[in-house]
Amino acid sequence: MVTRDLNPHMRRELIRTLRRSLPAAAILHDPEALRAYECDGLSAYRELPMLVVLPETVEQVRAVLAACSERGIPVVARGAGTGLSGGALPNADGVLLSLAKLNRILEIDEHNRIARVQPGVRNLAISEAVAPLGLYYAPDPSSQIACSIGGNVAENAGGIHCLKYGLTVHNIQALTFLTPDGRLLAVGGGAPDSPGYDLLALLTGSEGLLGIIVEIVVKLLPRPERAQVALAAFDDAEKAGAAVAAIIAAGIVPAGLEMMDNLAIRAAEEYVHAGYPVDAAAILLCELDGMNEEVSEQILQVRRILTQCGAASVRTAQDERERLLFWAGRKAAFPAVGRLAPDYYCMDGTIPRRNLARVLVRISEMSASAGLRVANVFHAGDGNLHPLILYDASRPGDLERAEQLGARILELCVEVGGTITGEHGVGVEKIDQMCLQFSAPALTQFHALKHAFDPQGLLNPGKAIPTLRRCAEYGAMHVHGGKLHFPEIERF
Amino acid sequence: MGNQTERVATDTLDSSELLQEQVRAALRSGTGLQISGGGSKSFYGRRVSGVTLSTAAHRGIVGYDPSELVLTARCGTPLSEIEAALAERNQMLAFEPPHFGGAATLGGAIATGLSGPRRPYAGSARDFVLGAKIINGQAEVLAFGGQVMKNVAGYDVARLMTGALGTLGVLLEVSLKVLPRPAAELTLVQHRTPAEAIDVMNIWARRPLPLSGCCFDGDRLYVRLSGAEPAVRAAHDRIGGEILKDDRSFWLSVRDQQHAFFDGPLPLWRVAVPPATPPLDIPGKWLLDWGGSQRWLRSDADAPAIHRHASRAGGHVTLFRGGDRSGDVFHPLVPDLMELHRRIKAAMDPEQVFNPGRMYAGF
Repeated sequence: MVTRDLNPHMRRELIRTLRRSLPAAAILHDPEALRAYECDGLSAYRELPMLVVLPETVEQVRAVLAACSERGIPVVARGAGTGLSGGALPNADGVLLSLAKLNRILEIDEHNRIARVQPGVRNLAISEAVAPLGLYYAPDPSSQIACSIGGNVAENAGGIHCLKYGLTVHNIQALTFLTPDGRLLAVGGGAPDSPGYDLLALLTGSEGLLGIIVEIVVKLLPRPERAQVALAAFDDAEKAGAAVAAIIAAGIVPAGLEMMDNLAIRAAEEYVHAGYPVDAAAILLCELDGMNEEVSEQILQVRRILTQCGAASVRTAQDERERLLFWAGRKAAFPAVGRLAPDYYCMDGTIPRRNLARVLVRISEMSASAGLRVANVFHAGDGNLHPLILYDASRPGDLERAEQLGARILELCVEVGGTITGEHGVGVEKIDQMCLQFSAPALTQFHALKHAFDPQGLLNPGKAIPTLRRCAEYGAMHVHGGKLHFPEIERF
Repeated sequence: MGNQTERVATDTLDSSELLQEQVRAALRSGTGLQISGGGSKSFYGRRVSGVTLSTAAHRGIVGYDPSELVLTARCGTPLSEIEAALAERNQMLAFEPPHFGGAATLGGAIATGLSGPRRPYAGSARDFVLGAKIINGQAEVLAFGGQVMKNVAGYDVARLMTGALGTLGVLLEVSLKVLPRPAAELTLVQHRTPAEAIDVMNIWARRPLPLSGCCFDGDRLYVRLSGAEPAVRAAHDRIGGEILKDDRSFWLSVRDQQHAFFDGPLPLWRVAVPPATPPLDIPGKWLLDWGGSQRWLRSDADAPAIHRHASRAGGHVTLFRGGDRSGDVFHPLVPDLMELHRRIKAAMDPEQVFNPGRMYAGF
């Protein structure tokens, strides 16, 4: 890859200006140093930024924003770089703003059950810091050992406990953010709600397009007294889907309810030896937590339901070691599947659960016709499906076929009443599929809201919300259901 | 497929086109619209002028699938109708939206964003909003969010609409996450001083107890426990206290402000603070809900003094009922934040047609 240096003079001048506010070591411009930032967790998309800055204080972040805003230079925020939709893909003419060094836990208030943290703090570090108080931070994306809380807010990250404990948006109480021109605003606090519009909700999941978050107040919950997990094997994925519906219809809200298909089961078993039944068409992991007495009662209920729904076998973890082992297989599913092929591409649609069997059949048909294997890992409780498409990037045409298959799967999710992204975000990856999910006036409304926060359009341009022109071009390629989604837009 | 699906078609009056036409007419004539559902919360917010846009006829549950935990209904649907449909399947709106004794509708519940006693333990109105169909200030019908639990496509406009008091658009349809009703529920009563009550509510909240309500009336502390029967029994043993007989009507009286505390002519203030905040030194009568984080105050103290006390405690204040409805009813915003609010309003409703002035003066 060649560094593009469209305006070397501007770049030199910007570096000179930034050096007044930032230490020299916090400004990276050498191509080799920039290379570490060329992609996030979705490595199929790469770009070298003009500069990388690593501020250590809010004041330094403000200085970066002010300098960029004066010069009309785009700014892409980055946390730990674990995102899976290319949300932190650099802009070649812009500054990549790493918030990784703003990594301090500023305050833990055990009485009000909140913690005030900087955006670069790792998700898991919060739960570790408050563990001695019997508290924890609930959202647990699978990358929680590495991902940062700022990135979690930007993507509205989920995890395996969403059905019961919610997403990031349900577990934060306040945000402090900088506007693109460097003004510091605070919404929310230790009290519930906040006066005015719910900007906390609007900023959560806005993928770095509306403001730069520099401080977050997260909610802390008491650790449940006990957790227990049941592992059920099914000879048919449809039966597993029906069991999920039956558990929920019985009035039980499991802490985690996960499903894996045969390919994913075999890969995980081979990788971590979790004791999974490798001949099952699907397995369900159902975790219950709460007070000891409650868990004891509900685990019996769940066993009964699973058996009634035709489970070939149901096991409950005998001890904490086995419970963690059952989960280890699920948590390692992505890397385990990754061993089956040189590359894999992780999708993230959500569907109404009642359509699960239909969607799995369609995915397996599409997988066969594309000649690419697909393993399915499913947050069954909340309908969030992660098909993992296996391919070999070194084989000509494979990446393109994987991307096309992925796009078809997302279209299928929209078709059955779901969404193109449950928790990974739109980023650059799913920007075309946004045209299927939203009408032109809805996209225009998004752009108007973006303009209210960022009139110059400098924050993470080209991500999350497609332009109408882009949708027109995409629509010309994919006429959906015989109807053009954007008939009123000029074609190119 | 669809064997788990259930479509409950109640009253299927779809008047979205009529509403859209009324918004177009208001835009043409430059008239402001005052959006009204059942009118149960017309007292709330600042006094507003304009022609009434009634959403009451746009009603009906359009989708409810108990095993998906999702319900979608039109804005004019009475909350009582939704709650009855949910109760039939042993489910509920866990944020316990207030009815205030009137014909409260779903649209009003979401537009005000108000939640009842279960809120600190189960979540607020906006926490349960999954999607919304709206009319924006250009008379366009737009859909945001969806009918699934996890959805991060696009900005979260459905949640932005929650609590915006109709100033950003007309809610046409809302999809909500619903939850199973707890198998068992029990309320315990203990006599406590205010400082003790605040302490003990927050100590309990740090423990894994099945709390679903904590309210203190100045003398008695009411603790509601909800969940599986063995959990409620075990928590009862740990917490102690007398069992309240008619617990359902007590919590309804708090939710709907029918409790004796809410009688009388003095202005009603809502003071939201971090829950463990010690008793505030503002003269008046207090009722603490939400484990100490929502404090109701009957007082004729000066607004600026009340604002100051709440701000110092890291909280904010609403003049909920009575007092001067043309002044600052909601906690004043700092200038930069107010400016951002104006721009958001302009992005959604550029002609300022919806509920002008209901939240803050000028928009």
